[in-house]
Amino acid sequence: MNTAAVLQDEFSGIPGENGQYLTFILADEEYGIEILRVQEIRGWSRVTPLPNSPTYLKGVINLRGTIVPILDLRERFAMESLEYSSTTVVIVVRVEHEDEQRVMGLVVDGVSEVYTLGKDQCQDPPEFGGSLDQRFVKSLASVDEKMIIVLDVDAFLTAELQRSLD
Amino acid sequence: MDLSEFSDTFFEEADELLVEIESHLLDIDPDDPDPEQLNAIFRAAHSIKGGAGTFGFTVLQETTHVLENLLDDARKGNLSLNSRIVDQFLEAKDMLKDQLDAYRNGTAPDQEAFEALCQALQRIAEENRAGADAAPAPAAAEPPAQESAAGAGFELFDGASADADDGTPRLQVRLREVGEADRTLIIEELGNLGEILDSGGDEACFDIQLATEESPDNLEAVLCFVIDAEQLEITPLGGGEDEATAAQEASAPAEPEPEPEPEPAPAEPEAAAEVAGSESSEPAGEAGESPAESAAPEQPAAQDTPVAEEPKPAAPPQAAAPKEAAKAPAKPAAAPKAGKAGAPETSSIRVAVDKVDQVINLVGELIITQSMLNETVNGLEGVVNSDLLNGINLLQRNARDLQDAVMSIRMLPMDYVFSRFPRLVRDLAGKLGKEINLVTEGESTELDKGLTERIIDPLTHLVRNSLDHGLESPEARARAGKPREGKLVLSAQHQGGNILIEVRDDGAGLNREKILEKARANGIPMSDNPSDDEVWQLIFAPGFSTAEQVSDLSGRGVGMDVVKRNIQSMGGHVEIMSKQGQGTTTRIVLPLTLAILDGMLIKVAGEIYILPVSSIIESLQLRSEHLSSLPGNVQMLKVRGEYYPVISVYDAMGLRGLASETDEGGRGTAVMVQAGNIKYVMLVDELLGQQQVVVKNLEANYRRIPGVSAATILGDGNVALILDMPDLYRLGQEARVRRGGPSDAARAPSASTEEAEQA
Repeated sequence: MNTAAVLQDEFSGIPGENGQYLTFILADEEYGIEILRVQEIRGWSRVTPLPNSPTYLKGVINLRGTIVPILDLRERFAMESLEYSSTTVVIVVRVEHEDEQRVMGLVVDGVSEVYTLGKDQCQDPPEFGGSLDQRFVKSLASVDEKMIIVLDVDAFLTAELQRSLD
Repeated sequence: MDLSEFSDTFFEEADELLVEIESHLLDIDPDDPDPEQLNAIFRAAHSIKGGAGTFGFTVLQETTHVLENLLDDARKGNLSLNSRIVDQFLEAKDMLKDQLDAYRNGTAPDQEAFEALCQALQRIAEENRAGADAAPAPAAAEPPAQESAAGAGFELFDGASADADDGTPRLQVRLREVGEADRTLIIEELGNLGEILDSGGDEACFDIQLATEESPDNLEAVLCFVIDAEQLEITPLGGGEDEATAAQEASAPAEPEPEPEPEPAPAEPEAAAEVAGSESSEPAGEAGESPAESAAPEQPAAQDTPVAEEPKPAAPPQAAAPKEAAKAPAKPAAAPKAGKAGAPETSSIRVAVDKVDQVINLVGELIITQSMLNETVNGLEGVVNSDLLNGINLLQRNARDLQDAVMSIRMLPMDYVFSRFPRLVRDLAGKLGKEINLVTEGESTELDKGLTERIIDPLTHLVRNSLDHGLESPEARARAGKPREGKLVLSAQHQGGNILIEVRDDGAGLNREKILEKARANGIPMSDNPSDDEVWQLIFAPGFSTAEQVSDLSGRGVGMDVVKRNIQSMGGHVEIMSKQGQGTTTRIVLPLTLAILDGMLIKVAGEIYILPVSSIIESLQLRSEHLSSLPGNVQMLKVRGEYYPVISVYDAMGLRGLASETDEGGRGTAVMVQAGNIKYVMLVDELLGQQQVVVKNLEANYRRIPGVSAATILGDGNVALILDMPDLYRLGQEARVRRGGPSDAARAPSASTEEAEQA
């Protein structure tokens, strides 16, 4: 790949091509999301719980006048939940479902780095099973021998909307 | 200039004008038409024609033109109306609407329909003319002023017929005090509009003979761009030519009377202003012409009285000679009305709904900020900070007023909805052979625009049902000892924060037995001895409608489930009251607005929730001795001798762990609420107080949550959920069934408040 193409990809931010990713830590593993989807990063604040909802959905917050749902990613991935502390971070992301944009917050242990990942660094995830839902994983990338699990943020919303009302 | 950006405005205005035309047409009594109304219809048609011409919507323009001519005849008494003609006019109005929509969508209007309609209208005109020629009876309908000039009147009338016969009427255009350059321009212009037969004269008085299809009004409108209206005089050259003109001038009504009267033609106000201006400037420039002008034999009146009003063209235009003469008496009526019609336009502006909504949202934010401030200030020492506290109080009052004012922008009177029903009822009644008297009440009741638009379809459905299946045929009514004419009432009224819209008929009423029979056939489960209310609710069952038609009950259910769904999606509900043989009332209860809600703040399990105040009947102090249990975990509370089911918010919302609701002594707080037709008692931990809240949609970023209708932001910036009363009842019942089961504990979801508050 020549330099021009790389640059172009970097600027266009096409997912799956070269793009910048924000990584965060969840139980010592590093996860990545497209940086263009990140609206802001904020500390944990009190939420209003939503009754009749799954436990990983911590509730909703008031984000400058709009009501934004907050998901705990540890609980979403059926990991052991952690007590929230001053370092607990909420990444507010823009997600899309059927061309409709929405905003939701993801609770993570802490943010880590910003990487530029080339296509050659990413591979489609193999069938892995386990508690992490395959739908949420877009690809696996390697940076300096580290594995980064690149997540598909839209899948969180889709999963929420598809969950049947009971 | 690019006109396209104005065309939207034209479409909107034309829509409104068409609505106006329709309402007048429906209202008019063909035997004794109110000249005011005919004038109003004429003006509306004329305005549409003008706009259509400007934007080049030729078909629309021509249709309105044909219609306008007939209306003009009618308002001058030359065309006696009958219900058939009114029907035809209504059809024409429908077609105008179609054409308008076609232009709006950028498609070509239906040419065939246009021609057919034009022919139909033309026929009316011809029949009328034939009738008029045979017996000059219309003269009787014409004002006495006309008769005083009877000779002239007939002469003119003949002239009009002659014009119509040879196809192209001839007009004499007289220009006074028009310079060479302008004259050339005018001749060129007129050449485009028709055929110039002859021209000649000097600057003081220049005559042009023109064969044209255009009406003098149109010519005048065109030429007014070049010269002042008072410099122009247009005379039709009919059969009698000069005689006609002379006769007319002699006749009192044609000349001097119209003089001081304002002309209803739309170009007039500008003309008047222009004239006023020119009055001072022109004579100075062309003083030399004045004597020549005053010598002009045909225009003495104009000369004598240099009023700011333009003298009406001395002789009536085109095929409308007698009409013109009759215009004199018609005018006084028209003039004030024209002023009135103009008023709303200047006192209102068109604003995109988006912009209004934006303002409403901002005001919502302001209210939140204001209550946040309020809360902060409440903790302050009163004496030291009295200025601040006063300021905050003032702010609160102002914010409330602002909110009310802003909300009222979105409010539309129900007339907007009701006004479309007279037509529907008229058409349907005619089709069904029924005699129906439609009465509307409370047209000025206001409702949020968003809701107004969404209420039309369900309401149309209910009205149709009433007409089709509720109200009986005149014969059947007579047999039942009722007046032949059925009565259908549409009413609207405010009740608390709700609006009640009713469709009431004095028809046959719902047939309980048939509904039950049908429900059984459809396999809808029901109790052994259902109350009337329960039976009526059956017609809202989906599928109930689609069943094959059964005589007098048929269709009562057609789409009723859709009606109910629509109303529910607007946050309202439908009630039916019916008495066999006496009629049916369908009542729609809707909240006034969806954006702001009067909320009762309650505390359950440490969290604040909001109940819509409109659904609260009363709050109660609970004593366990008043509670009694029924099998299946059903609890009933006795309030003043009546038992009501009890729903616990804890159960319904799956809240656990912090259950308080009742203290050790079995006391607690309860609220009796109304959810649709059901009244129930809700157990809560605490009532915190009442507050207006701005409704925020949960679906905007997330999804619907059972038992929750929306959310809001409280004064402290936290989110509180607004409870959905009917859904809560359903959840409570389900929870009852589950209660005691092993799955219960596992189901208890996220409401772990401790966790949430660890921030």
